[in-house]
Amino acid sequence: MSVDMRTYLAHVELANPITTAAGCAGSGRELAQFFDLNRLGAVITRSITLTPRSGRPTPRTAETPSGLLNAVGLQGPGIDAFLDRELPWLAERGVTTIVSIAGGSVSEYGTLARRLASAAGVTAVEVNLSCPNVEDRGRIFARDPAAAAEVIASVRASSRYDVPVIAKLSPDVADVVAVARACVDGGADALSMINTPLGMAIDVDTMRPALAAGTGGLSGPAIRPLAVRCLWQVHAALPGVPIIGMGGVMTGRDALELILAGACVVAVGTAIFNDPYACLRILRELEDLLHKRGFERLADAVGLAHRPPGTGPRGRIDLEESSL
Amino acid sequence: MRWAPSRPVRAAGGPARAPAEVSETAASPVQVTGTVLTTRRVDAYHALTVVAPGIAERFRPGHFITVAVGGPASATLARRAFSVHDVKPDYGGTVEFVFTVRGPGTAWLAERKARDTLDMVGPLGRPFPLPRDPVHCVLVGAEYGSAPLFGLADLLQRRGCRVDFVLGAASADRVFGALRARRMGETTTLTTEDGSLGVRGRVTDVLPSVIADTRADVVYACGPLSTLRGVAAVAIEFDIPIQVAVEQTMVCGFGVCGSCVLPVIGEDGVTRMVRACVEGPVFRGERVRFEDIGTIPFDALGAPGAPGGRAHEPGGQTGNRHVS
Repeated sequence: MSVDMRTYLAHVELANPITTAAGCAGSGRELAQFFDLNRLGAVITRSITLTPRSGRPTPRTAETPSGLLNAVGLQGPGIDAFLDRELPWLAERGVTTIVSIAGGSVSEYGTLARRLASAAGVTAVEVNLSCPNVEDRGRIFARDPAAAAEVIASVRASSRYDVPVIAKLSPDVADVVAVARACVDGGADALSMINTPLGMAIDVDTMRPALAAGTGGLSGPAIRPLAVRCLWQVHAALPGVPIIGMGGVMTGRDALELILAGACVVAVGTAIFNDPYACLRILRELEDLLHKRGFERLADAVGLAHRPPGTGPRGRIDLEESSL
Repeated sequence: MRWAPSRPVRAAGGPARAPAEVSETAASPVQVTGTVLTTRRVDAYHALTVVAPGIAERFRPGHFITVAVGGPASATLARRAFSVHDVKPDYGGTVEFVFTVRGPGTAWLAERKARDTLDMVGPLGRPFPLPRDPVHCVLVGAEYGSAPLFGLADLLQRRGCRVDFVLGAASADRVFGALRARRMGETTTLTTEDGSLGVRGRVTDVLPSVIADTRADVVYACGPLSTLRGVAAVAIEFDIPIQVAVEQTMVCGFGVCGSCVLPVIGEDGVTRMVRACVEGPVFRGERVRFEDIGTIPFDALGAPGAPGGRAHEPGGQTGNRHVS
């Protein structure tokens, strides 16, 4: 018997819990060379900005133990070209698309959300809060609960009522639960975590920073325990809020770990760089693992690690049968 | 210079197009588990021949492949990209690539034995455009950058082109394929910086006289960026077309990670940060802004502060801005 892999982001049903992580699937076409994107629960786009961005100088990436440091700098075509070329391409193919947006001020996020509100094919909006706020001396939105909530409220107000707004949180904060709660209070329908924590590597041969930008975001299995911890804390505090979990998921076991911590959707990022088929492989492995453990539904495994040992998945009450 | 219409890509198509687009005409890559057939040392280099039928049958000179290194639970997540030295029909199709040990990934590859398996993806990128007419071609290779030139030479000769080689490296043991070049080329000029083989100096020192002597119509070059920069300058001096295959550090190799960008001038005169793996690795030499590699030119599309560029330049206050 197969496992019911359906999952929900607020009221939106996804066929399965595996998505691409923001900034890890290009425009979608690059991955579509390998497989049909409709086989994924959803595609999360790269973070779309108001204007085109050239990104950071090279070198932009550095390999670290079980990880990858990157400072790509949100290179992208800008919202106009995105709405003109990239979103229609995804929409024509019926791909469930979650659009990630990034801005430098609250009003910029609001403008982006408004532009998306009139476009076809947007299933949800993920708000990349790990951007510097130009109106507050470059402070990162995600590190300030009030600023993060303000951005979310602006995006929520500018988005269509039936499009969930997802706040993407950074682990580089003293209290991730405080930021999560502020975002939910600001109107976030779901949360997404974790964005890459800031890291740095120095090339001991050149004796200079390995990245042109100096610092960069760390991704890959090296940060998975950090992701699990953040998921655990936030799911414990806000059990009713759906969470997209990400952070170093390479296998179905890794995805299950995030699900047990409280994620109902799992995004795959760095693994795609290593294996273009990573998303499909992880989905298959996850389904096998759930089946082997006797789950009938993915939903029964979400946050299961929070329950005391010995309490298995809740038995499903089949109303039709029990009424016989 | 007219370019053959039967080529799988448009000669100048790459840089001019929007960076997000993947050509419909590009060969669709496949992921295969290849079996190592033979390993050999070629002077300072290693060469692996791998049975990889899906890749071999789609291959055209200039395409590259990527290899996952370190096995299934590897701590090194970036794929390694290599140009293809040789493709043969044996065992359904074999691919040979050449490398030198530079780090943990290539060290792992150097330890592979016959019958080991390798996770390979290919063919990737845009192949060398071929001239429509039987013209005179000079093929310039520095270090093991000469590896992909022999397949190209074969194709050019079958079209009636005259092929002359210029190969160079720091020392005799680092000049790759001198013997094969002597067999295939109308003339072959070798250079070494220590004078241990051929002319003492660099390929760019002898290139002007080779172009003059052979009355070359086109130059193809592959090697380190510093060499390509010099070769492109010589070809521009002679006002003949120059096609360069760049070596940029890659992570994914198929266009999703954004690591391998370099500034290239499009047909519309606009400089964009384009991906060497998708829009390249072969570019028209005069369009690559070699002197600006490692920077974002101020006039590049979406450059910080450029007209129509980033609206929210964060300023210099935050040493640790984090936007990925």
